[in-house]
Parts: sequence; C-alpha cells; structure tokens
Amino acid sequence: MISNKETIVALAAQQKRLDQRGLLEYRKPIVIETDISWTAEGSARVQIGSTVVLAGVKLSIEKPYNDTPDEGGITVNVELLPLSSPKYESGPPGMAAIELARVVDRGIREAKAIDVKKLCITPGEKAWFVIIDVVTVNDAGNLFDAAGLAALAALNSARFPMVNKETGVIDYKHKTTTPLPLVKQPLPLTVYKINGQLMVDLSTNEEIAYDARLTVASDKDGTISALQKGGSEPLTVEEIDAMMTIALEKARFLREELQKQLK
Amino acid sequence: MGTLKAQERNIVIPGEILAEGMDYLPGENTYREQENIYSKVLGLVTLVGRVIKITPLSGPYVLKIGDKIIAQVTDITMNGWRVSTNTAYTAMLNVKDATTRFVKKEEDLSKILAIGDYVVVRIVNVTSQNLIDVIMKEPGLHKISGGRIISLNSQKVPRLIGKQGSMISLIKERTGCEITVGQNGLVWLKGTPEGEYLAEQAVHLVEEKAHLEGLTVRMEKFLSTGVKA
Repeated sequence: MISNKETIVALAAQQKRLDQRGLLEYRKPIVIETDISWTAEGSARVQIGSTVVLAGVKLSIEKPYNDTPDEGGITVNVELLPLSSPKYESGPPGMAAIELARVVDRGIREAKAIDVKKLCITPGEKAWFVIIDVVTVNDAGNLFDAAGLAALAALNSARFPMVNKETGVIDYKHKTTTPLPLVKQPLPLTVYKINGQLMVDLSTNEEIAYDARLTVASDKDGTISALQKGGSEPLTVEEIDAMMTIALEKARFLREELQKQLK
Repeated sequence: MGTLKAQERNIVIPGEILAEGMDYLPGENTYREQENIYSKVLGLVTLVGRVIKITPLSGPYVLKIGDKIIAQVTDITMNGWRVSTNTAYTAMLNVKDATTRFVKKEEDLSKILAIGDYVVVRIVNVTSQNLIDVIMKEPGLHKISGGRIISLNSQKVPRLIGKQGSMISLIKERTGCEITVGQNGLVWLKGTPEGEYLAEQAVHLVEEKAHLEGLTVRMEKFLSTGVKA
C-alpha cells in the first residue's frame, strides 16, 4: 500500500488507524521461534504481523580490551537486507541500520544484562565475546521491537560451544549445555507519536507519518536501562511520562508472549 | 491431426506446450515453434475458436495512450512536472495540461502540485522511446487529497472493474467509498475509515481470487459478511 500521510494524521486525531487496530494494539500474529540455525550458538526468528527478523548469537574467544582486562564484550550488528524492503540497498550499513543496531545494543549493554566478568577466561588474555547479528527478512514496520525481541530470544537460547582443553580451539559443531551469564532480560519497546496521539507497532505505511518516537528498554521488574528518541518533533515531559508507562505495559505483554512461546 | 495439451482455464508456465499440430493458432502471449504452440507467460489458457490465448497472472503494466492512471509528482521543471507512473518510465505533465486557469510566468508551481502529491491523469502520448505525456484537464482528472492509495497487480485491474464496471460499482455501493482505479494498478479509495478498510480488503480479494470462477459471488459474500471465502 502507498499511504497518504494526511489520512493517517487525520485518523490519529479520531484515535483510529488505517487497519482498524487500536492505538496500543500489536499486529497479529506474534511468533517467536528459537534455535532456528545450527551454525549459530543461539538464534531466533521473530514475526510481528508480517514483519520478520532473524537474530543470531555467535561466541568467540578474543583478547579483552586493554582498559577492561577481566571482561568479555558484546557487539550488535543489524543488517537491513534489500530483500526485506525496496527501501534498502546492499552495501555498508546506513543511518537506519546503525541506529537500530545501537538501540538494540544499548538496551542490552546498559542494563548490564550479560555479566561480562563471567565471560573472562584468562584476565588480559582470553575472554568470550558475544556477537549478536540481526537481519531483516521482511520490513512491514516496527523493526525496533522485532529486532529487540529477536536479540533477547536469541541470547536466551545461546549455549557455549565446546572448547578443546589442550589446544584452546573452539569446536563450533558441539554445544555445551551452559547458557550465557544473562542476569537481566532487557526488552526495548518503541512508542510513536502521531498528531499528539501515542501508539505502538506502526506499519510501514504509518512510519512515514510519525512526529516522534521513544524507545524504552526495560527489564522484567520495570527498571529502565536505555532510552532513544527519534523523529523531528519535540516531546513534552508529560508525553515522555505517558510513553514510558505505555512502554512498560507493552513490554510486559511482549515478555508474556516470549515466555508463552518458548515453553 | 492437432491435439490440445492444455485445457481452458488451466494455469500454464512459460515454455509449456499448449497444442500440437497446425489445427490451432497462437494468440496473445503464445508462440509457435515448428508444429507446437508454447506459452510465453505464466497465465490462464483461453480458447477462442481455434485461437489459443493466455491471460497473464502477473506482469508489468505497459503504458497505453488513453489510459487513466494514478501518478506521483517526483520533480518540478521549468514548464511542468515529472510524474512517476509506477512503471520503469516517468511521464511529463505540462502546466498548460494541468490547470484551466492562467498561470503567471513567475508563479511557484509547487503551489499547484508539490513533490510527493498524487494525481489522476490520462496518457495522451507515448513515443517509441517511451517518452510519455499526460494531462490533467479533463473531467475526472484531478489532484488526490485524503483517502488512501493502494497498489494492485495491474493485470487484475480489468477484474476489479468488472464487466461494464459491475465489480467496482458493487464495491463502491457497499462500502460507500469513492474509488478511482488507475490502469497502472494504483487504486485510490476515499470514504469513512471503516468503508476504506473494507474496500481495501475487497481490492485485495480481487487480487487473490481473480483467477478463480465466481468472483462476483465471493465479493457479494465478503461485502455482506466481512469474511473472505
């Protein structure tokens, strides 16, 4: 569909949306599958409506950074594949891909979700590094939530690979049963503002019309670990307050879906 | 003796043998190689006497003189606008073909049509080099405001309109929407939000089920119950 910005803005004033959803209603179905790739240590496929993203977690042993000799690390990469939308081209990541990667990364990093000290094998020499790769399969809107959810699901499903004790070489073909030292479950959630109304889970049609957005990464108990504001319009303190409330409530909803589907 | 290999309303793929022997004649989207007739496209077989034709299931829209299309303004030039036609080619809309009123030399053309605006236009000229001229000065041609634009496989446009416009008037009547169908596969809907949503679903129903029989019955059922059969 080719959307008409005026229509979306006018509908928002009446608290309505193009596809007859409620302002705070997610598209259906929400499908979360894990362990979809045998080459990755942890992986997940998340579908929200017709948006589909894949996330993979790879683990490798590297030398720790000089300023943190007793810590491992995490890296998040997002690739917006040209197959997922006519908007995307192949080549080096653009603004959108970098922002998406950094928002997912910040949610996990700032929550201190992974106990990086436990990733260290020999201080100053060897530590585990967690590499999270997110790729989009279909962009039908709201990649932020889908990518965040996929990254979290993939982290939960990750298991360390076997390491040869004598040579120190990783045997990626065999996994141990040890999960990652995940101490928190951060989940980013994005609330959008269109014509003064706050809504979640925009479709690609609606994405052209938002004035501002706020991504709130929160833990199970509601602890907020990261925020990211986007869009050209400013937000008032009251609006930010309302957006946080919505984000926490909707994060609880997504977390329930995650729990339900991972059993 | 010629033998027919494909039956009426069969779905065939490019290169598939449709008939053997010289008794049948190749029609639209088919070709003869020696004794056999083959399909050029993915589509449905239609037999008209001895002629075998194929109605394609998909494929690009080819610009034709006289077609009404929905286009988007992509650039403003010295004397008009360049519009994107939802095909590989862009078209030109001259100022003199866009409005009946007098436009002064120094006037800002973006006040009349801005970049990003959608317009309903008619194709008046297509050259061999695919340079296209469109006009917006006839009744029924205008700038689009409000409503929503959806895209449809352009091969399904005749089915969406129906015989003498029967399908489109059925949808218009039941949803209360104003509907403009561009031959290039863009459809503009304007009505109440609920009506627009229903009409959008109806257009998608045509796209999904156009190759099956009894489309009108399906559509009647969908519009009265809201359930896709």
